[in-house]
Amino acid sequence: MDRRVYGVETEFGLIHRPAAAPEGVVAGPGRGLPPDELARYLFRPVVEFGRSSNIFIPNGSRLYLDVGSHPEYATAECADLLDLIACDRAGEAIMHDLAVWTQERITADGFNGQVYVLKNNVDSAGNSYGSHENYLIPRTTHFRRLSSILLPFLVTRQIIAGAGRVVPSDTEREAHFAFSQRADHMWEGISSATTRSRPIINTRDEPHADAAEHRRLHVIVGDSNMSSTTSLLRYGSTDLVLRMVESGVPVGDFELENPIGAIRHISHDITGQAKVRIRGGDEFTAVEIQRGLLERAQRFVRQHGAHHEHVQEIFELWERALEAVQTGDHSLIDRDIDWAIKKRLVEDVANRQGIGFDHPRLEQIDMAYHDVNPQRGLFHLLRRRGLVNEVITDEQVQQAMVTPPATRAAIRGEFLSTARAYGAECTVDWVHHKLVDRPLETVMLKDPFATEDPRIESLLARLGDPSTQLRELSVAERQQQSASVALSDRYVLAGPAAAAEPPLI
Amino acid sequence: MAAQPQKQPHRPSGDDDAAVDASQPQSNPQASQRAQELDSLLDEIDTVLESNAEEFVKGFVQKGGQ
Repeated sequence: MDRRVYGVETEFGLIHRPAAAPEGVVAGPGRGLPPDELARYLFRPVVEFGRSSNIFIPNGSRLYLDVGSHPEYATAECADLLDLIACDRAGEAIMHDLAVWTQERITADGFNGQVYVLKNNVDSAGNSYGSHENYLIPRTTHFRRLSSILLPFLVTRQIIAGAGRVVPSDTEREAHFAFSQRADHMWEGISSATTRSRPIINTRDEPHADAAEHRRLHVIVGDSNMSSTTSLLRYGSTDLVLRMVESGVPVGDFELENPIGAIRHISHDITGQAKVRIRGGDEFTAVEIQRGLLERAQRFVRQHGAHHEHVQEIFELWERALEAVQTGDHSLIDRDIDWAIKKRLVEDVANRQGIGFDHPRLEQIDMAYHDVNPQRGLFHLLRRRGLVNEVITDEQVQQAMVTPPATRAAIRGEFLSTARAYGAECTVDWVHHKLVDRPLETVMLKDPFATEDPRIESLLARLGDPSTQLRELSVAERQQQSASVALSDRYVLAGPAAAAEPPLI
Repeated sequence: MAAQPQKQPHRPSGDDDAAVDASQPQSNPQASQRAQELDSLLDEIDTVLESNAEEFVKGFVQKGGQ
């Protein structure tokens, strides 16, 4: 497909750390608020806005509390890679807003200490939570072909897009630095389950679109990325590989004998020398498999043309990342690729303090890299100091917090915002748009690329004439409404229906 | 028990080790500027991180997700 719909769902880690005991006092093991209680605090502004802890918000995205009290954010459907990255980063900013609100609230309720929201994938007890990607693919895609090409790509993608991890020592291995957060938590290649078996590709088939035309490819192997540059390479390279799968061109045979063994083996060898066996017996490194796919993608684009404006940038990053792993010169990408940025930071701290990978300070650095707090999080600290390269700006992220991308999400956002302004109860999901008082007029919108729909407009016209009665609020006005600007109303009734009300200041 | 005082080879508040690092080559102005920037970065990191790393790490436990 030359145009594709993308989405990413991020589960965040959440913790309250009580303040340390005063000097000289022996503190018990510090326990903060339990996760479910803390999550309820965090989501109070969400419930206040949408009367549920599972809601769609005006930027078209979805906020909810998932299994295990993880706050989760699912981006709106995006048709452009930078829109996707900005929309995902907007989710981090929303979580930060909610954390700030929670911090104030629990302090007022008598708890000390700090609230942390981490966009990472592992805790210190071995629990894992995900960053799930969605790609719209044609229904006609041959699934066997898809998996034989995509699985080896995804198993090796960690060397170009992993978030990096300080792995503590265990009975088998010394403490070390690994490419991936998620690699050790993948148990199957392909399956329909997510919680029990954690497959790399999930086959549950909920296209949220016309099922005769499309399916939704659900990839759950990815690490949560902090760097927007890494994100561009992660989603961009995956899209290019899918484009080749869909076109039917020969893509070479890297089908792995044991994908799960391979993904772990690769993750734990930061030298990139680990070899994995493909069916037929040959052995390749992750770099060789990635390079094979990159070269075919480059050839494909030479023959068929670039399908969007970021293709050359993706190729350049992809090549440079492979070069860095192959040569061991990780400085080639230590401003661009999360694992290399984090590795450099961890090494700098280790060198200064004279400590090894088994020191808890380095595990703490690993976690703090993913802290969404722009003052405290270490990725953000590097960003402020100009030590990492970004492909999106803060303004784009601010914009994405309140403005849906130019897809079906724009219709959802408009529907939601308009109905709210009229005080009309409504429910939406990825496909449905319903005014609760008019259940028979529910509109199903199966085309995720659509940016307007006359049926929705006539449904909204039942409420009044939005073009004359509604006034759009400025961002500054919206910021006053709630803990996060993303949880604020876009319109206010300003037409005749509200004439008797005093003017808004 | 975790209630024992933590072993910390380096007290985050003390800066004794920075003095050792400062003895690195200073002839190259660029290198020394880089070293200064790195020192400033690492100092800032020390100010934002909770000082007891082990407690922080052990305390960061979630329930499993999807």
